[in-house]
Amino acid sequence: MADVVSLREAVAELVRDGDSVALEGFTHLIPFAAAHEVIRQEKRDLTLIRMTPDLIYDQLIGMGCAQKLIFSWGGNPGVGSLHRFRDAIENGWPHELEIAEHSHAGMTSRYVAGASNLPFAVLRGYVGTDLPEVTSTIAPIVCPFTGEKLMAVPALNLDVAIIHAQQADRRGNVALWGITGIQKEAVLSARRSIVTVEEVVDEFEPHPHQIVLPWVAVDAIAVVPGGAHPSYAHGYYPRDNAFYEAWDPISRDRETFHEWMKRHVLGTGDFGEYLESILQEEVSSSR
Amino acid sequence: MSVDEGSCTTNEMMTVAASRELKDGIMCFVGIGLPSEAANLARATHAPNCVLVYESGTIGAKPKVLPHSIGDGVLAEHADSVVPIPEVFAYWLQTGRIDVGFLGAAQLDRYANINTTVIGPYESPKVRLPGAGGAPEIAASAKEVMVVMPQTPRSFVEELAFRTSVGYLDGGNSREELGYLGGGPRVVITDHGILRPDPETKELTLTKVHPGTSVEQVREATGWDLRVADDLGTTNPPTEEELQILRDLRERTEAANKEMRVLDDLAQKSRAAKR
Repeated sequence: MADVVSLREAVAELVRDGDSVALEGFTHLIPFAAAHEVIRQEKRDLTLIRMTPDLIYDQLIGMGCAQKLIFSWGGNPGVGSLHRFRDAIENGWPHELEIAEHSHAGMTSRYVAGASNLPFAVLRGYVGTDLPEVTSTIAPIVCPFTGEKLMAVPALNLDVAIIHAQQADRRGNVALWGITGIQKEAVLSARRSIVTVEEVVDEFEPHPHQIVLPWVAVDAIAVVPGGAHPSYAHGYYPRDNAFYEAWDPISRDRETFHEWMKRHVLGTGDFGEYLESILQEEVSSSR
Repeated sequence: MSVDEGSCTTNEMMTVAASRELKDGIMCFVGIGLPSEAANLARATHAPNCVLVYESGTIGAKPKVLPHSIGDGVLAEHADSVVPIPEVFAYWLQTGRIDVGFLGAAQLDRYANINTTVIGPYESPKVRLPGAGGAPEIAASAKEVMVVMPQTPRSFVEELAFRTSVGYLDGGNSREELGYLGGGPRVVITDHGILRPDPETKELTLTKVHPGTSVEQVREATGWDLRVADDLGTTNPPTEEELQILRDLRERTEAANKEMRVLDDLAQKSRAAKR
């Protein structure tokens, strides 16, 4: 458990065609490097799960990795639309995409139930909205003790969870801090897990709001500095808002998108090369 | 001191009017975009002790610049606490601890129900919107809800393509029958004026127009036959102070975004790690 391996090996071994996969991280610590590796290895028919699909799933969907998407908010935060996500749903490009949508509270409840190995979770929500009509994983339930009407959502039981964290220690424990989102629940609701980290340290130092995932919950650790870019890693680098803005015109057009992915993701061997590649483009375009 | 009419934009008027609706000391669950801007303006003016909660888990966020996303580092840095996401929805929102839920929307109807899901039929949408996010449970469980959004015939519609979040459902006491903890929308602030629900029917009623806006203009910007209050008033224009603070906040945000050169540093780090 918790072997330190290359990202290429981790994805090759632990992500299989047809898997249900969650690459989580709520705005913060989004595992972009791992997603790129999934794209490079041409994984197919994945059920992609994520609260906020963000650019990371826009890329996976546009590159044809996804068969189904389970989500709760699919936009480019602070910018507008996710064009590949929209093109898949509105026009079936590059192929039809099945969707199951929830609210954030519904998704978090599903993860918590999964991490708890319970069949479902209950919440106060959804009643009176149109969501139960279009999403089969929302159903009414009555509290057996008080008679209160609530809504139930089934547990998420993933094949693979992939997250990015600030640090791992030599034993394979994983530390993340700042906005820690739903990562703990995603990892604990998955049969297999991959964690990319900024660095491996001898010993963790305490940080406010830090959580530590014990090594027993983690299958593979890969060291990928900058691996959350254009998302951020608290204490390491800020969110690249300019990249989120730049993604809008890149992703709007199918061909431009595909060329960009070919040049920077398929055409590079790892995330370090990818960073050099987009940096070079940024430098030459600013001249 | 007030500024002369016409010296601020309708967008600025909307943000200022929305910020004034937030009382000091309350707990406000804030959506990104317009609500976040108005809430931070309130914190910088009359409501310094307003506790801003973002769905990323930041409680008591005190951002110096406006966050680009709902989970920017600037929200976590000076927050009173940062909690995992399940806690923010289960322990804080659905328990009824939040005083005001502050939302934006793509479409709204006369009972302040909200659509952020699709335009057109669900199975073959004309426009696929981002979806629910935190809004359904904010609308359900916050003690009251405020909505801020620009008013056009396309956004203020007779019938929603999809009901993502519930306002007053079909009006009257139909919301109460759903059993939600929260009381529903108290006010809708737009770039044209301010609307509040009728106490009985719950239908949104125009209670104030912004300076320089006519009732006729507001009617034209509304996709249904808009009710207008008998004692219709006019919003006070932004004070010089309000406007200055809002413009400073926007400039500071823009400057901070321009300053950032993330890629260079990262590529260097990555090179160093390879050695």
